[in-house]
Amino acid sequence: MTHWSSWSDFIAMGGYGLYVWGSFGAAALLVAAELWQIASRRRELLLRAPPVHHTHTGTPNES
Amino acid sequence: MPDRNINWFKYAAPQRFFTLAGAALPWFSALAVVLTVVGLYIGLVRAPTDAQQGDAYRIIFIHVPAAWMSMVVYLAMAFWAGIGFAFNARMASMLAHALAPTGALMTALALWSGSLWGKPTWGAWWVWDARLTSELILLFLYIGYMSLHAAIDDPRRADRASALLALVGVVNVPIIYFSVKWWNTLHQGASVSLTRAPSMASTMLIGMLVMTLALWMYCVAVALLRVRVIILERERSSAWARTALGALPA
Repeated sequence: MTHWSSWSDFIAMGGYGLYVWGSFGAAALLVAAELWQIASRRRELLLRAPPVHHTHTGTPNES
Repeated sequence: MPDRNINWFKYAAPQRFFTLAGAALPWFSALAVVLTVVGLYIGLVRAPTDAQQGDAYRIIFIHVPAAWMSMVVYLAMAFWAGIGFAFNARMASMLAHALAPTGALMTALALWSGSLWGKPTWGAWWVWDARLTSELILLFLYIGYMSLHAAIDDPRRADRASALLALVGVVNVPIIYFSVKWWNTLHQGASVSLTRAPSMASTMLIGMLVMTLALWMYCVAVALLRVRVIILERERSSAWARTALGALPA
């Protein structure tokens, strides 16, 4: 089906493994970092502004 | 309500957009994951080895999509920043603000993968040619936009100031795109063009297009994810946002 004869063949990328995997690996790392950054930003938001639950009955003007 | 005339302006309200973004998010995320798996399979497994460049050319499946998205995201960011500026629409400004880090990521990825491609094919990690230099300027524009926005405390003033920067920077996008035509660059010309047949094997072309769609869906998904956080950050004094915060999974 493919022209790769083995896993090590695939990893080696015809001698360009460092360049090819360096590119795709960087993409994976950057995506992971971005998702982690958004998740931590959301955590921080929850810590800073404790949510008001549905028991809230006050006027909209209270802070 | 099967009304054909959708009132898009109602989504200018952050509360409505927050809900809409939340509903759209799983679809864009799923598309991004599926297209990435298919695109990587085509690009890394099925596509044949290039006659001239060997397997080093496979960097194309991340490099070109990332470079395209770096420009597409910039145009989207500048568009929403401009709408926010012209109509004083804060939801549009928040959308622009949410797109910036993802655009910067795509630009950094295009530069990084390009460098890793340049070394084995040109013999240099970096050259100051027009394509590379204008893409580097794009990265600085993203960083400048985010820094300017972060430097101004009042979010509405930050939106307006950074919108101007984003709009002025739009001039760089056609410079990047046409740089390989206008100047004699080491960077090769466009492999894919709307006006002539592509200069590559069809498996390679399909792999590249699938990866482009995958990154496109990723950019949409992650911008929606980020804009939801930004909406809650900015609207947290309102009752609906505090209720929404309570409903968020920790």
